[in-house]
Amino acid sequence: MSSSQHIVRSYDEELTRISNRIVEMGGRVEAQLADAIEAVSKRNSELAQRAIDMDAHVDEMETEIDDLTVKLLARRQPMADDLREMVAALRIVGMLERVGDYAVHVAERAVSLSNMPVVPPVLVISRMGKMVRDLFGDAVGAYAHRDAELALSVWRRDRDLDQLYASLFRELLTYMMEDSQNVTTCVHLLFVAKYIERMGDFSTNIAEHVHYIVRGHKPEGQRPKAGSARIATE
Amino acid sequence: MQLANSENAAKDGVGMPEKTGNLTTESKAGRTPMVVARDVDVFYGDKQALFGIDMDILPNEVTALIGPSGCGKSTFLRCLNRMNDVIEGCRVEGRISVDGQDIFDRALDVVHLRARVGMVFQKPNPFPKSVFDNVAYGPKIHGLSSSKDELEEIVMTSLEKAGLIEEVKDRLHQPGTGLSGGQQQRLCIARAIAIQPEVILMDEPCSALDPIATAKIEELIDELRENYTIVIVTHNMQQAARVSQRTAFFHLGKLLEFGDTDQIFTNPSVERTRDYITGRFG
Amino acid sequence: MSDTAGTGTVKTGLPRKNINEVVSAGIRRRYAAERRFRAYGLAAIGFAIFALTTLLVTIVGTGYSAFTQTMLELEITLYPQDIDPEGNRDPKVLSTANYQALVRQSLRDLFPEVTTRQERRRLNGLVSDGATFQVRRAVLDDPSIIGQRISILVPMSDDIDQFMKGHISAEVPESDRRVSDQEIAWLERLQDRNLVHRTFNWTFFTSGDSREPELAGIWGALVGSLLTMSVTLALAFPLAVATAIYLEEFAPKNRWTDLIEVNINNLAAVPSIVFGLLGLAVFLNFFGLPRSAPLVGGMVLALMTLPTIIIAARASIKAVPPWIREAALGLGASRMQVVFQHTLPLAMPGILTGTIIGMAQALGETAPLLMIGMIAFIVDIPQGVTDPATVLPVQVFLWSDAPERAFVERTSAAIMVLLSFLIVMNAFAIYLRKRFERRW
Repeated sequence: MSSSQHIVRSYDEELTRISNRIVEMGGRVEAQLADAIEAVSKRNSELAQRAIDMDAHVDEMETEIDDLTVKLLARRQPMADDLREMVAALRIVGMLERVGDYAVHVAERAVSLSNMPVVPPVLVISRMGKMVRDLFGDAVGAYAHRDAELALSVWRRDRDLDQLYASLFRELLTYMMEDSQNVTTCVHLLFVAKYIERMGDFSTNIAEHVHYIVRGHKPEGQRPKAGSARIATE
Repeated sequence: MQLANSENAAKDGVGMPEKTGNLTTESKAGRTPMVVARDVDVFYGDKQALFGIDMDILPNEVTALIGPSGCGKSTFLRCLNRMNDVIEGCRVEGRISVDGQDIFDRALDVVHLRARVGMVFQKPNPFPKSVFDNVAYGPKIHGLSSSKDELEEIVMTSLEKAGLIEEVKDRLHQPGTGLSGGQQQRLCIARAIAIQPEVILMDEPCSALDPIATAKIEELIDELRENYTIVIVTHNMQQAARVSQRTAFFHLGKLLEFGDTDQIFTNPSVERTRDYITGRFG
Repeated sequence: MSDTAGTGTVKTGLPRKNINEVVSAGIRRRYAAERRFRAYGLAAIGFAIFALTTLLVTIVGTGYSAFTQTMLELEITLYPQDIDPEGNRDPKVLSTANYQALVRQSLRDLFPEVTTRQERRRLNGLVSDGATFQVRRAVLDDPSIIGQRISILVPMSDDIDQFMKGHISAEVPESDRRVSDQEIAWLERLQDRNLVHRTFNWTFFTSGDSREPELAGIWGALVGSLLTMSVTLALAFPLAVATAIYLEEFAPKNRWTDLIEVNINNLAAVPSIVFGLLGLAVFLNFFGLPRSAPLVGGMVLALMTLPTIIIAARASIKAVPPWIREAALGLGASRMQVVFQHTLPLAMPGILTGTIIGMAQALGETAPLLMIGMIAFIVDIPQGVTDPATVLPVQVFLWSDAPERAFVERTSAAIMVLLSFLIVMNAFAIYLRKRFERRW
């Protein structure tokens, strides 16, 4: 947060509390995400269940933080940096919740996948999973430390995830065409990959908002996109 | 009142035209500024209250001056119609022009200047006369109306523009001091616009009013912007954010930041401004 | 974010309970002090009211009887051969006729048994010398009564008047009293015949001063006072207001204006007799203005009143809120316009109040007027500001010094008139203040 303090001390306390709760929520979602991905790669339905169970708590946190933010907006009428903080907080919390939801979706697929034959592209999923965990972790870290540079790096790295997704997409298509028995498994994996790709997008969005908090504007220029992946998914 | 620059100009003779050229700088937006201040210093006795203020105030805009108490924003405002002349020991240096006319020019009488630059004060200050006489006072002393009917028309138009006509039409000849605070302030605005100024200066016009009266004044300010250039000093940052197009932040007699209101209130570029508007002043 | 926030520790060394005890012990003392203070105040006011009542009761008690006068109803035959031998009703002739003889004759007719010269003189002394003037005025007013027998009320002499009012007691041995037994006997006979009346003392309000108390009035002094006050007002008011406006609105604030201010305040405290000396030295000796004249008196009093009005005017100009000036200046009014269209009208009630109080003070002033000769014994009613005149307080002073018993009540009566004028003036000041007082 900012170097100097507000004249009204409780204002500072409220801002800090919201920020801390968001970081805490980010941590929860990160754990949820990690569990879900591991559940897929390790075919562990217990881990998957844990990720699913965690979601209720994440949703609660979202409501709580939203509530705190709205109250602060109503009572303090934040300006400038504080205003950006609060607007970003509202958005980021929403995105964290969505990431949590995707983690749940991934975990649900993991439960189904644990009873199906293994196909080699699972390894790519693990790579994507690691990548998105890093992206998401960095996005939350950038928020926690108001680190615009880290946020920018998240923003740039999302392209790698997109590219990986595009190649996995093609690989899964190949498997499905080779053997129709793989289709169910591959469709599940395709969904998991899509969810991961979406989580990457949300991480980027969070990073953009961190950049907005710190610098007053979103990162400039077009976001680096793996154009082929877009086309491929459509 | 001393004018350092006119003395300098007298010394080197040719200094004037150059500086006059400076005064009509076109703004970024391509509009000619209504008020141009260049390097304005103000001293109260030995104490310097303003340091080298440069500011272009665009026509048909509301420019808000904000800053902590004693930062010089009111002093600057009062330079624009030379209300500081009245204060003993007050000295202004630098150049200010209104609509291209140097306001410290010896040829320009201060009475003329104040006819062109109206002022509304912090405390609603109607004269202890009737509503009508309050509004009619300015036109009367400047001889703006040639007949009673004409005067009446000026008064009625001004009251209408100030959004007060409906509330006072039945008591035009009752004392203006009998109105509510908000009505009194709108009466003062009507009084100011009755002499058709180009610029209206407002010195914390809402600080003595309740939120509803404040909202009415703010609405009025927004309407007046169409025909007048408005400069408003306010302690209420939300108000500055609501009514103004451009905001100037003063601190310790210096103009620290001057820019679009939208930008100042979402992403100020100067640390001090940010600290002030977010409530972090130490 | 300190750790102590919200825990609400009391930072004094004392525990809460103790503080309560200390405070409640102090409370009784504080209330007692307050009650004592109120009691002092009441006592002071009580004393003031007592003193004022004593003063008023004394003055009214002594003075009220001066508003009546004992009159004798005389039957006078106006023989034409005595008054107007040529019968052409020439006022000159009429006014020089011997009315005294007529009055005396009329008295002798009432008491035919009085024959010796000494007794006759005493008898004549029953009525005032004013009786003669009264008869003459009656004749001059209406010459057609010549030749008739008229009945006329004439004032009795001051001693008889005092006796009738009970100020001279019959119990006192004759040698110690100013009314002899014989006079009392005559008076009783006159009363038996129902010739002695007590009427409202118009003379007191319509005449000038006189050596004879029953003929003395305050009209001369009153006119003198009015003339003097007019001169004072005409000089002091415009000068003082102009000075106040200049000092408050235009003069720069520097060492010189500070000096002037200090001196004005000092002038207000200068003993008034000093102004009298100044008037004597400058107006009379240097400019050669007439002595005893309301003109000079007014000028001296104007000097004395100036600082009072200036101070009052400055205070009330200062009290006009600055934002009224700002509002007018902001509309482009010149400083002149601000002063005459806003400041002065708003300050006027205060200025007028100050002026009236200053004038009331001047009205009661004696000392400086003594120095310029307004203490002279003046019988004639002054007709203009250069005529010799005296003023009410000086008249009071003169009468209080007079030996005659009848002047005692007249002194008090004159004081009552003076006081009523002061009360009226102050009431007017209060009225002005209430009427024009503005709430900002």
